[in-house]
Amino acid sequence: MTTLVDPSAPTAAPRDNIGVVEWLRTRLFSSPGNTILTLATLVLLWFVLPPMANWFVLDAVWWAAPPEVCRAAEGACWAMIHEKHRLIIFGRYPYAEHWRPFVAMLVLIGLIGGSTNRRFWRRELAVAWAAGMVVMGVLMWGGVFGLTFVETALWGGLPLTLILTTVGIVVAFPLGIILALGRQSQMPIIRTLSVVYIELIRGVPLVSLLFMASFMFPLFMPSGVQISSLLRAQVAIILFAGAYLAEVVRGGLQAVPRGQVEAARSLGLGYWPTMWKIVLPQAIRMVIPGIVNSFISTFKDTSLVAIVSLTDLMLAARQAVGDPAWRAYGLEGYVFIGLIYLIFCYLMSRYSQRLEVQLYTGRQRL
Amino acid sequence: MNKLASILAGAAVATMAVVSTANAGAVLNAIKQKDFIQCGVNTGLAGFGIPDSQGNWTGLDVDFCRALAAAVLGDSKKVKFTPLSAPQRFTALQSGEIDVLSRNTTITLTRDASLGLHGAGVWYYDGQGFMVPKKLNVKSAKELKDAEICVQSGTTTELNLSDYFRANNMTFKPVVFATLDEFKTAYFNERCQAMTTDASSLAALRAADARNPEDHVILPEIISKEPLGPMVRRGDDEWFAIVKWVLNTALEAEEYGITQANVDSMKASTNPNVARIIANRDEMGVKLGLSPEWGYNMIKQVGNYGEIFERNVGTSTKLKLDRGLNAQWSKGGIMYGTPAR
Repeated sequence: MTTLVDPSAPTAAPRDNIGVVEWLRTRLFSSPGNTILTLATLVLLWFVLPPMANWFVLDAVWWAAPPEVCRAAEGACWAMIHEKHRLIIFGRYPYAEHWRPFVAMLVLIGLIGGSTNRRFWRRELAVAWAAGMVVMGVLMWGGVFGLTFVETALWGGLPLTLILTTVGIVVAFPLGIILALGRQSQMPIIRTLSVVYIELIRGVPLVSLLFMASFMFPLFMPSGVQISSLLRAQVAIILFAGAYLAEVVRGGLQAVPRGQVEAARSLGLGYWPTMWKIVLPQAIRMVIPGIVNSFISTFKDTSLVAIVSLTDLMLAARQAVGDPAWRAYGLEGYVFIGLIYLIFCYLMSRYSQRLEVQLYTGRQRL
Repeated sequence: MNKLASILAGAAVATMAVVSTANAGAVLNAIKQKDFIQCGVNTGLAGFGIPDSQGNWTGLDVDFCRALAAAVLGDSKKVKFTPLSAPQRFTALQSGEIDVLSRNTTITLTRDASLGLHGAGVWYYDGQGFMVPKKLNVKSAKELKDAEICVQSGTTTELNLSDYFRANNMTFKPVVFATLDEFKTAYFNERCQAMTTDASSLAALRAADARNPEDHVILPEIISKEPLGPMVRRGDDEWFAIVKWVLNTALEAEEYGITQANVDSMKASTNPNVARIIANRDEMGVKLGLSPEWGYNMIKQVGNYGEIFERNVGTSTKLKLDRGLNAQWSKGGIMYGTPAR
């Protein structure tokens, strides 16, 4: 008796088209060219990964140890980080008072973290920020409630980097919006001023702005008048970030259809309500990736203040690896701060992706 | 732009100089009023000015400022440090941001004459030298004929190097690197037979970066003069004199054997030179506008030059620098404290 194959009966998919085999076949070996690339990558990893694992993990000195132990070991000397982490993270802030910048940093990170959640986008958030800023100021400066006064010249490390970034972004963002609107303005004086400002600032590197702020500016001041170098660098960062944000926001403004403005006008809305309620919400939502990009580069640009001798994360790390006892392990120091920068930048870019998804929901359905 | 900048800077400096001349002694008065000295130091140079793991400043230049604070204000802790990069340092002094610059800075004619500064004396004699691997068995720089020599680009060391070889009618092959990291890595990987930079840096590189410091020798020839010392702004002669005499007194204290440990018992010394420094004989401090205890405070709290040297860069430290030129004149060096009398 012959068995007939029922063509309508379900049959298992060919072995090649499911599971791991399918994944490998389509993703890694789909063509001769791709096969070669896959194999070449594997060979490369074979040569690169084991030495990296050895250096980073297996042969590394993980515990607190004197430099002699590191000298004997083949791998990374994380003992150096153990010895120097407080200098790297807090700079020259008085050693016994390190808890203060630590708590201030937690407050700041908490505020930023809270602000990323759209449920908290209410009036209370502004109050929380104001309160948080006061708390941070009290902690960092002291001079009240029995805390010793610590001048800004002694602020350093990660708290300084975060403060420069946050204040830079928070002030530069509205500045950027105003400049972007100014550049599109019908009023010639405002337009010209905005264009000149943006092009001037964008035309020079941040380094030269910082140099101007820290070398030239003091010479113009009457003798005896001192403005702290932190404030001077902070202003330079704000001016710089503002000009770049202005151009990003302008991109968004130009993408908003003219009809939106005309519709608003025909409803009798004035300039500011039109911008505030109609144009800007649409414009800014469109350029979130660009804005976050600016934020990330502002964060990384703060490391340039090291050349005007503000002890940010970068300069603190340089000072840590300058110690002759540990100088041979400078790479470890830079890997450490590299990781810190990476974590913050990664979180920012993840957040921007999430925000895009949330804000673009209407658009994606189209 | 550059020209405009320098004109403006020059004008600003000139104005300031005029203003400060009118109020002689203004710097000292201001320091006494604010009760601390603002001192410009390196952002991070081991042995000269660098924060330790706890963030406390250490170094030869740093301790000079502490000595100054002890002499002027009676407390070596009454000093605030401003870390300065190389291009920042003179502006900071000219603009009055700092009271004294103690940042391994070479005293030169140009800096005295056209930057409106005054070198107050030499705190450390540095000079460019050579380091070679011991196994090459080179005993003198004169034997480096046709050698490949690692050097950092864009520094005066590059110029000094070619000057030296030209003067000695020798040829050499410079191997030039932009950064200190590349430079030292190249030498320790035997990319060249010798490296040249300031002798103090050579010693530091040998101590900190060589796999085995014993494998390298620093040759005796020093081919350039780099007298490093504290600087003040022009226009306040009283302040200049104080900085100058604090420096010289630290040198003299070593010469007469006054140390942190024995300064109390030495107070009773009958040696007039000693008494002038620590026992207010002839009222040396008062003549400078300081307290009678100035010399005592300085040595009690910070120590004499030899102690400061040993603590920061001497043979017991990682840098292991010999006194060399910086030894007392009576011990084969050229450190000669002008007498405080």
